[in-house]
Amino acid sequence: MIEFDCVTKRYDETVVVSDVSLTVMPHTITVIVGTSGSGKTTLIRMVNRLIEPTSGTIRIDGEDNRSVPEFELRRRIGYAIQGHGLFPHRTVAQNIATVPTLLGWERARIKAKVEELLTLFQLDPDFFGPRYPHELSGGQQQRVGVARALAAEPNLLLMDEPFGALDPIIRAKAQDDLLSIQKHFGTTIILVTHDMEEAFHLADRIAVMDKGEVVQHGTPAEMLIRPATPFVEELIGATERPFRMLAIETAGDAVEPGAAEGAPIPEGLSQREALSELLWSGRSALPVAAANGAIIGKVSLDGLVKRAARPR
Amino acid sequence: MASLPTLLRLAVFLVLLAFLLQPGWFEPLLKSLVQENAPAVYNRGSLFWLTLLHLRTVFVATFAATFIAVSLAILVTREAGAEFLPLSRSLVNIGQTFPPVAVLALSVPIFGFGEKPTLIALFLYGLLPIFENALTGLTTLPPAVTEAARGAGMTERQRLVQIELPLALPVILTGIRLSVVISLATATIGSTVAAKTLGEVIIAGLQSNNLAFVLQGGLIVAALAVLIHDALQALERALSGRTRT
Repeated sequence: MIEFDCVTKRYDETVVVSDVSLTVMPHTITVIVGTSGSGKTTLIRMVNRLIEPTSGTIRIDGEDNRSVPEFELRRRIGYAIQGHGLFPHRTVAQNIATVPTLLGWERARIKAKVEELLTLFQLDPDFFGPRYPHELSGGQQQRVGVARALAAEPNLLLMDEPFGALDPIIRAKAQDDLLSIQKHFGTTIILVTHDMEEAFHLADRIAVMDKGEVVQHGTPAEMLIRPATPFVEELIGATERPFRMLAIETAGDAVEPGAAEGAPIPEGLSQREALSELLWSGRSALPVAAANGAIIGKVSLDGLVKRAARPR
Repeated sequence: MASLPTLLRLAVFLVLLAFLLQPGWFEPLLKSLVQENAPAVYNRGSLFWLTLLHLRTVFVATFAATFIAVSLAILVTREAGAEFLPLSRSLVNIGQTFPPVAVLALSVPIFGFGEKPTLIALFLYGLLPIFENALTGLTTLPPAVTEAARGAGMTERQRLVQIELPLALPVILTGIRLSVVISLATATIGSTVAAKTLGEVIIAGLQSNNLAFVLQGGLIVAALAVLIHDALQALERALSGRTRT
């Protein structure tokens, strides 16, 4: 659990982060969104003390983050940034091994960890381990960057626009990878982005920042139903609301009893994607299949339209 | 298959080595440059030995200049040393603007004739390129990389040794290369104050009106400069190939 307690950061007279109090529950993904200059990057950089707050405290699992030396704190917290920041003179394996090496892990343990992570990110350890970062594509470099952040098995992972430099297709893939990896390790993630699509796709909870303040903190659904300020409403995009609503939940949640014609869609697909499939194929209902392939029911156009409407 | 430039360099190296070890072989070539009865090949000492002493002087001076210049650059790029940047710059600049000949003239009364005044002149003259390049190398590192190093929990010392210096190395080497080439040529004037360098050959030629001596001294220095320059450049390329982002 990460608790921000009345955290303020001031540079001379400019207030960058203003009296932020926020609690991040363990094993969840919290996405901080806001326009540039809203203080969101400053806020997460105060967690691993790359920036020191002017006032207020940040507690990690109940412990003030100033109670240990900076470098020790940072070794415990994963940190992934835009543009990956891989060390160009070190191989992929050495890059991933950075924090474990600093912590003095045994060589065999480091090697095993590097291989585990590369495999998890669908990079062949024998092929990619000895390569240098410049030999990799942008998407591969980004995956290595996240793998490096996870190498010392941190409970907490900070990500500052980690997918900002990727093209849309690779970005979608990277986001899905992150979700499955978060499930795999149970890591608490705080991610900063200005991309609302990304926020709604990844977040268990979203915190919206505006001019240094957190103006709303809640689940994506809460944010859609009751935006706290006009700014939040604008950020979400009024015309996008019904679609974002559908994007949060899966087709499995919208299953109705009954049968339908055609090829089934997997239950893990978002309702938005299910709607898209219905509209494009011109049908009124689609069968839904569970992970094991069994048909568990159908989703219908009418059902999805009702779900997209503003809750009363 | 080696490329043409590599073969040329190899040829220059072999000719140089042959000339230093068996200068007699080249006598017919140089004969036409001197008056009758005058020696065509330097005969007041071993050319090979002089070349080694010349290289030693340059090496010692450059090594000292590198050590001091890089240490200074590291110091002024740390948070605690930032205020010393203008002072260090001026010091190093003075070293460069002061003509080596003047340094020789001033240091002979203190240190006497011999190698010392030359070492001091070369050391001062070599500081600037190394210092400025080290400074550039250490201050233009990719921000994402230094940020990642901090975020990973490296201490300031670990960042310097494991990240900053290795990444700045190709740029620092460029400075060292410039400094070495300048020193190779400048070292010849050391012989005016009795330092054992290849300048001795040139000076002997000037004193006895022997064009062949002057040419020998000059060509050996030039060949050394070209070969060492190219070798260091190849090293830089090999290093920066790995460190580009």
